[in-house]
Amino acid sequence: MIFNLIYRSLRQHALSTVVTAASIALAAGLLLTVWVVKTQSQSVFAATNSGFDAVLGARGSKLQLVLNAIFHLESSPGNIDAKDFEMIRRHPAVKAAIPIAVGDNFRGWRIAGTVEQLFNDIEYAPGKRYALAAGGRNFKIGEPEAVVGSYAAKQLGWTVGSTFRPYHGLAFNPDGEQHEEVYTVVGVLAPTNSPVDRVIWIPLEGVQTMSGHNPLAKTELSAVLIQLRAPTAGLMLNNQINASGGKLTFAYPIGSIVAELFNKISWVDKVLTLVAWLVASVAAGSVLVSIYNSMSARARDIAILRALGARRRTVFGAVVGEAAVIGLLGSVAGFAVFAGLAAFVASMIQAQTGVVLEPLQWNPVFWWGPVTFVGLAVLGGLVPALKAYRVPVAETIAPVS
Amino acid sequence: MRLLEIKDLVKTYARPGGGEHRVLDVREFTLEAGAQQALRGESGTGKTTFLHLIAGILAPDSGSIRLDGRDVATLGEARRDRLRAEAIGYIFQTFNLLQGHTALENVELGMAFGRGVDRAHAESLLKRVGLGDKLGHFPRQLSTGQQQRVAVARALANRPKLVLADEPTGNLDRRHARESLELIREVCRESGAALLLVSHDERVLAAFEHMQDFAAMNQALSGSAT
Repeated sequence: MIFNLIYRSLRQHALSTVVTAASIALAAGLLLTVWVVKTQSQSVFAATNSGFDAVLGARGSKLQLVLNAIFHLESSPGNIDAKDFEMIRRHPAVKAAIPIAVGDNFRGWRIAGTVEQLFNDIEYAPGKRYALAAGGRNFKIGEPEAVVGSYAAKQLGWTVGSTFRPYHGLAFNPDGEQHEEVYTVVGVLAPTNSPVDRVIWIPLEGVQTMSGHNPLAKTELSAVLIQLRAPTAGLMLNNQINASGGKLTFAYPIGSIVAELFNKISWVDKVLTLVAWLVASVAAGSVLVSIYNSMSARARDIAILRALGARRRTVFGAVVGEAAVIGLLGSVAGFAVFAGLAAFVASMIQAQTGVVLEPLQWNPVFWWGPVTFVGLAVLGGLVPALKAYRVPVAETIAPVS
Repeated sequence: MRLLEIKDLVKTYARPGGGEHRVLDVREFTLEAGAQQALRGESGTGKTTFLHLIAGILAPDSGSIRLDGRDVATLGEARRDRLRAEAIGYIFQTFNLLQGHTALENVELGMAFGRGVDRAHAESLLKRVGLGDKLGHFPRQLSTGQQQRVAVARALANRPKLVLADEPTGNLDRRHARESLELIREVCRESGAALLLVSHDERVLAAFEHMQDFAAMNQALSGSAT
């Protein structure tokens, strides 16, 4: 019977039900989005290493080095010499060493110089090698050719045969220097859902010897991406290179360094989460206000129900149940808000970093979030339920003669 | 067989400024099962309080109300609610239909807190009172007389042993009042429920074979306030 009473009360107060449920939906959608993006971006970013264990670069911040070499964000902390590359390439603990050089862009899309080996030999994720879309091939050393990440190609509208002239610098300046070299796209990479997708890849010496670049730096590299033969080698090299106080930085392990970034910006998470909980509290308050404000109008109905034999606990339960159902409706609608909001945030993250989040992947917040919101709604319903519990039947139902 | 037996029933209310006001003092009242009894009472004589006490909506200060063998006065509130849901039908002057519920749903509410909803029974009751084609209508879509008939059907919904009617024709014009009264008496007779009706309308009271003056029954009206 309680369910009937709840259903009919919700039907009778349809407008306030919808408005209150909508406020909960917004709060739930916000909380789910903040939580999912927070947890998933931490795990996905920490797991993004493009198949490498470490990065070797100029003396400076490990985080800057990783952001530059793996995520293709930020500038390089400096260049390293070709002999440093040779040193690490020949090190017995190193399985593969891929040099990269950066310094140019095309309309803001980063151009990175590297070697063919990156696309021929490296697994960017366990069991996954780079693949080229149909009709494409790898670039040839010494040729003005480019292999383009899938996302960049899609955004630029490039296919095999497209040509471009690089701009100088990592940031795009339409009035800035545009190099004379004309590069031709010879391949478009299949999506890897990694930062590689946002990069225009050309032969290493293309960047090093681009017109307008310092000829004295034509053998310098921005970083070396390293695969190790064993994890213990990473600790050893970490000690050898970083502790020596030399001109190099060995960034290892990549996941831990990225996690440091999230630690540094954890206050953003905290602020967003606090905002989400504040919105949730306001939503719970709206349940309270919505039902409480209607209690005066409902008092007569409650008195009638009591006169028909409904117990106090029945009307109390009906009001609490009504609040719970509003919370449930809001939570369910909150998933729709979440789906839209999270898809937007995920597309922004992909556009900025190339990292692809999957917001709909299972996350524990998908169960505890709605449960919490239903709980908050129930809390909001307790006060009006208490008022319903205390409705004086005789005085309310008819004036005593 | 005696259905209702009341002895030394007293009810007082607290005065706003302190002290108490005795509004009801009924030494004895009885009603046989299936009987139909009218009580004459003007406003302010305590007749609504009397019905509320019988229905268990209010608890008396003292005295006994034996209904079908149980003393309502000694029952806790939850058990009085249960008794009301299972054994008593109540017709109010203002009908007291729930505006957000259809005619059928209002009648179903009359049985919901007792033995449970029996939709077929609710439909048959509405058909019996001439509203078989108004099952899905909300109270605002019904005339005053039709709302009264829904209230009558609701009062009979839980197959009560006693129907209490508090000025049930007070809001109706003369013709509808007569028809409504006949309907109430008929359906109570058909279902075997006793009827206790209070009214100040002499035309209503004249229809009953058994009628008592409530003002004479209520000793509180002649006594002093305490």
